[in-house]
Amino acid sequence: MGFKDYCLRKSLWVFHFGGASCNNCDIEILDCLTPRYDLERFGILLVGSIRHADVLLVNGSINRRDKDRLLELYHQAPKPLLVVAIGACGCTGGIFAEGITFAGPVDKIIPVDAYIPGCPPKPEAIIAGIVKLAGKK
Amino acid sequence: MSRKTLIPIGPYHPLQEEPELFKLYCDGEIVMDIKWETGYNHRGIEKLSESKSYDQVFFLVERICGICSTSHPFAFANAVEEIVGVEITDRTKYIRSIIGELERIHSHLLWVGLAGHFLGYNTLFMWAWKYREPVLDLFEMITGNRNSYAMFKVGGVRRDIENSKIPAIRKVMAVMRKKLDLLTGAVMDDPVIHARTKGVGILTRQDILDYGAVGPTARASGVDIDVRRDDPYAAYPLVNWKVITAQAGDVFAKVEVRLLEMYESASIIEQCIDALEKMKEGDIALKINEIPQGIGTGRAEAPRGEVFHFVVSDGSNSPARHKIRAPSYTNIATFKKSCIGQTIADATISLAAVDPCYCCTERMAAAYDNSSGKKILNASELIELSMKRTSELRKSGAGHE
Repeated sequence: MGFKDYCLRKSLWVFHFGGASCNNCDIEILDCLTPRYDLERFGILLVGSIRHADVLLVNGSINRRDKDRLLELYHQAPKPLLVVAIGACGCTGGIFAEGITFAGPVDKIIPVDAYIPGCPPKPEAIIAGIVKLAGKK
Repeated sequence: MSRKTLIPIGPYHPLQEEPELFKLYCDGEIVMDIKWETGYNHRGIEKLSESKSYDQVFFLVERICGICSTSHPFAFANAVEEIVGVEITDRTKYIRSIIGELERIHSHLLWVGLAGHFLGYNTLFMWAWKYREPVLDLFEMITGNRNSYAMFKVGGVRRDIENSKIPAIRKVMAVMRKKLDLLTGAVMDDPVIHARTKGVGILTRQDILDYGAVGPTARASGVDIDVRRDDPYAAYPLVNWKVITAQAGDVFAKVEVRLLEMYESASIIEQCIDALEKMKEGDIALKINEIPQGIGTGRAEAPRGEVFHFVVSDGSNSPARHKIRAPSYTNIATFKKSCIGQTIADATISLAAVDPCYCCTERMAAAYDNSSGKKILNASELIELSMKRTSELRKSGAGHE
C-alpha cells in the first residue's frame, strides 16, 4: 500500500457532481450529512472544489453538455481519486438512457471505482458504499 | 458609466445541488443584471414519453424532479383521466391527496432547511432536515420508497393505505405539528433572519402578474391562486383547508407562507385519513382498457406551484405528444425583478426564495440566425463536420503524403 492510498483510508473529502439527474440522489447525498445519518462521523466532508477532493460522487445521467465538464473535473482532481457512480442513472443511464441528449453512463467517460445502485439509493446504501470503498484501499 | 463585473455562480457550485449557471453582472456590491443558463440537466423527457406506454410514463414523469415527484404523475393522471373521461373512486382521491400533501410537507421542510443554509443559519438546516425524516419514513411505509413513490396509475393508485397504517400516520402528524411550532418559532423570533430576509427580494403583486409566477411565490405577494382550490381535483374539494397568502412579497413572506402551508397540509392529511378509516379497503383503482383519441390537460399544485401537463392521444398505447410545464419555469423569470438592485449576498437568498427547481424546468436551446433563420451550429456539431471532411479527404486520397 502506497502512502497516498494509506492517506485515503481516513477522512475522505467528497466532491459532488450532479449530472442530468432528477435531484433525488442529490437530495439523498445531502441527507447523508444531516443529523439522522451524519456522514461526518466517518470524517467524510462535502467540499466545494474538486482540487480538495479524494472522492468524486457522480449521480444522474450524463448529457452532452455535462460530459466535457465531467472530464475536465476528472482531469483537475488530484490523484488518486475514487469515483463513485450513484443511482440507476449514474450506473447505467437508467430511464434516461434512451434520451436524445444522453452521452453515455459515467463509466464510459471516466473510470469508476464503485457503483451504488438504487433509484434513489437510500442514505444507508450510500454510506455503506463509501465506507466499503474506504476500507478497500 | 461604471464597468460591470461578471460574477458566475455555477454550473457546479457548492451552493447548488443542481447544475445551472447564473451570471451576475455587478457594479461594486450591487447586482445590475442577471442571466441564467441551463441545459446541464436536459434529459429529453417529453420525447422519451412518446416512446413509453401510459403505464410507463408515470415512472418517467416521476423522475422529472425528485423533490416534487408526486405532482408530475398527479398532473399526468389528471390529463389522461380527462381523455378517458372517468371519475376516480373516493378512496383513490383521498390516497392521492395524502401522498400529495406529505410531499408538500417534505418539500417545504427541505426548502426551509436550504434557506437557512444559504443564510448561514446551519442549525435551521439540520433541524428542518431532521424533522423531514419521519415524513420520508411514512413514505417508505406506504409506498416502499423514500422518494419516487410509484403510487399513481391511470384511474387509480397502485397501493392502498390499509387501516393498520393509519395510526402511524396520525402519530407522525401530531409530532410534526409540535416540530413545526418549534421551527416556526425559531424563524419568526430570530432577529437575524428578520434582518436578512425582510425587505429583500421584493416581488410586488404587479411583478407576479407580469411574469405569471405561481405557487408560494405568488401567494407571498398577495396573489391568491392555488390550483387545489381554483381547479379542484382529487380530495381537495372534500376537505376543509384554506389558501395561505401574505402581502409583503419579500423573502420573509415566502418563508411565512411555506411554514403556514405545512400546517394546512397536516390538517388535510388528518382529514383524509379520518375519511379513509370509514371506507372499505381495497377500492383503489378502476379498470381502464384503452385510452381513446383525444386531448387532455391536467393541472396539479406542486409544492412550488402549478404543474401543467398536456397530453395528445392518438388511440395508441403511448402519448402522441406530451407537453410539460413545471412551476419553476415561470418563477425563475422573476429573478430579473427580485435580484436586480440587491447586494450579491442578498441575491443568493433571493434566488433561493422561489425554491427554483431546474430539473423540472430544463429546456434545450438551439441557436438560430435572426436574419436568415438558419440554425447556428454548436461546437460539437462543428467538430463533427470537421471530422467528416477529414474522412472524406482521406477517402479521396488528397490528405495523404
